[in-house]
Amino acid sequence: MTERGRNIFLLAPAGAWFLVMLVIPLAVVLIFSFGERGPAGGYVPAFTLEQYANLPARWAAFKNTLILAPAGTLASLLIAYPLAYYLAVRADARWKTVLLVLVIVPFWTSILIRSYAWIFLLGGRGIPALLAMIGIEDVRLINTPFAVLIGIVYGYLPLMVFPIFVNLDRLDKRLLEASSDLGASPWRTFLQVTLPMSLPGIATGCLLVFILLMGEFLIPAILGGGKVFFVGNALVDLFLQSRNWAFGSAVAATLVVLMLGSVTAYMRLIRRLGAQREDVALM
Amino acid sequence: MYRTGKRSQIMSEAGYTPPSATATASPIAELRGVTKRFGEVLAADDLNLSIRAGEFLSFLGPSGCGKTTALRMLAGFETPTSGEVRLDGAVVNTLEPYRRPVNMVFQHYALFPHLTVAQNIGYGLRQRRPKPPRAEIDRKVRSALEIVRLDGFEGRRIWEMSGGQQQRVALARAIVNEPKLLLLDEPMAALDRKLRKEMQIELQNIQRRLGITFILVTHDQEEALSMSDRICIMRDGRIVQTGAPRELYDQPRNRYVAGFVGTSNFFDGAVTGLDGGTARVAIRDGIVLAGRALAPVAAGQAVSVSIRPEQIRLVRAATGGETGWPVSILNRIFLGEHTEYLVKHESLGEFMVLTPRQAELSDGPFNAGEQLTAVWDAGSALVLDKD
Ligand SMILES: Nc1ncnc2c1ncn2[C@@H]1O[C@H](COP(=O)(O)OP(=O)(O)OP(=O)(O)O)[C@@H](O)[C@H]1O
Ligand SMILES: [Mg+2]
Repeated sequence: MTERGRNIFLLAPAGAWFLVMLVIPLAVVLIFSFGERGPAGGYVPAFTLEQYANLPARWAAFKNTLILAPAGTLASLLIAYPLAYYLAVRADARWKTVLLVLVIVPFWTSILIRSYAWIFLLGGRGIPALLAMIGIEDVRLINTPFAVLIGIVYGYLPLMVFPIFVNLDRLDKRLLEASSDLGASPWRTFLQVTLPMSLPGIATGCLLVFILLMGEFLIPAILGGGKVFFVGNALVDLFLQSRNWAFGSAVAATLVVLMLGSVTAYMRLIRRLGAQREDVALM
Repeated sequence: MYRTGKRSQIMSEAGYTPPSATATASPIAELRGVTKRFGEVLAADDLNLSIRAGEFLSFLGPSGCGKTTALRMLAGFETPTSGEVRLDGAVVNTLEPYRRPVNMVFQHYALFPHLTVAQNIGYGLRQRRPKPPRAEIDRKVRSALEIVRLDGFEGRRIWEMSGGQQQRVALARAIVNEPKLLLLDEPMAALDRKLRKEMQIELQNIQRRLGITFILVTHDQEEALSMSDRICIMRDGRIVQTGAPRELYDQPRNRYVAGFVGTSNFFDGAVTGLDGGTARVAIRDGIVLAGRALAPVAAGQAVSVSIRPEQIRLVRAATGGETGWPVSILNRIFLGEHTEYLVKHESLGEFMVLTPRQAELSDGPFNAGEQLTAVWDAGSALVLDKD
């Protein structure tokens, strides 16, 4: 087989999959987004920009998504990094695996059930009740953006921990000794060696969590109680409740464009950060 | 080959004086009764060593004998279980590595892959507080690069450098800090023979020029012999003998040292008689060898008689006055300057003889199977403790 033939052979399954499962549905969505809603819902072929003109009606959903997805990513990173660092660098080798499994344990039950647990914890008889006992009255947590943020961090933490853990675990510990030998205190060693060397893991984790968060709808539906909704919730509503396929498609197409835009910008940034280090592929 | 102007400038900046001037001063580093245990393993056992300012000292010993452990205690990566590590007279047992005026060249270099060559070399200078001005860092980095002959490689990535170049970057990264003590953990283990030879010479030149005290870890005896002012022979976590290469070669403390520094033939036996500094040792079949006893031995003691291969001569017929041993030649290996013969004596067994080319021209070469006589001066045989 020629080089080219081999490449085609390697790419054929994924290519076919992408064509059927991604490109065709996307094309359908795009076509629908220029159509109109039928009298009884669904879709009537047309060519109009009316649906896009209507987008501001769903502004709140876009706003929530565009604030809470990055914020959730950042919050997950801030919590996941020290945890991953501890697991990879500090934890006793014998406990490493056990601790790592503990990080995944929550994944053994459905996110739906776990989020319901949070409803109780954040609801009137949960944390607010505890706060009331020490004199902090009238704290409302459930159905707020904060509740959604907590749910996000809780649900996506392992996804952030893993790439960073793998990265830090593979970090050559002798580099840390070399840094110390050259006069850098532990903190400066962290800033000058560990952190820059773990950029690839951070980049992967953030990208993974961010992309999934942009499409999230379960956590806001459960912990946001209809008050904090994402674009994902708007789509559920438009396609399943009001059966406005045309408008739903316009919202979906816009989300895809936003995602492409932000991910491209993000990749550029990471590439710039990693420009001076071709030894490790950042993506 | 060297642009000495630049280099002497560095030396005067650092305020170094040549080693000879400080050789008698108080030791720059000291190990006093240092022991290190890793659980059950005794990696260092009662190490006592005084390191003089400006000297080139080597730790020589087989794998696992505790060379790296000793080095790491000097660098501060390990804390002794007992005993004292002293730098400049002060006990530093628990002082963190980044607070010690000591730098290390790691076995696998441990260069920072996310930094350029120049950034790697300037790393130590950038950690100083107050931080030196940028221009000064740049200047020092450049002269360090010149010293290791890597001018013009400033902007290179580490992975764009060959093994030998990386080794020199690692060296430059350490010497640019002008440490009081430079520790080198088998820095040349990964290099091929030719490059290693070159680097050995280069390293020695750099050490002489900068006057930094070097401690080199190696398990290559040739490397230790050719480079060091003193060698510290180690075995199973202990220091067996410390001394100048010549001293170790000519006056080994025991059979282990004689076998580790150079090669030697050993004939095991028991002391039968003493006559001043000379001992007679019964080997077997009634054969008795005489040799100098460097340390006191007692009659009946089990010892080894050591004779270096180059101290044995092969002759077709023994001339009067010498004791000769009839041998047959088993094997001949041509080594250029020398020829190595493996010979066999009926009772003494097999041993090596190294014959210089000069001797070959007059009385050789000999062929396998030939019957000859092996002779040596009684004074060149040493009677050594068996371990
Ligand atoms: N961190 C450690 N934990 C447990 N044992 C160790 C540790 N470091 C070294 N040892 C043990 O201590 C002994 C000496 O090790 P060391 O690394 O000092 O040997 P070395 O002389 O440098 O050997 P080599 O020439 O192979 O590098 C070995 O038996 C080794 O297994
Ligand atoms: Mg070692």
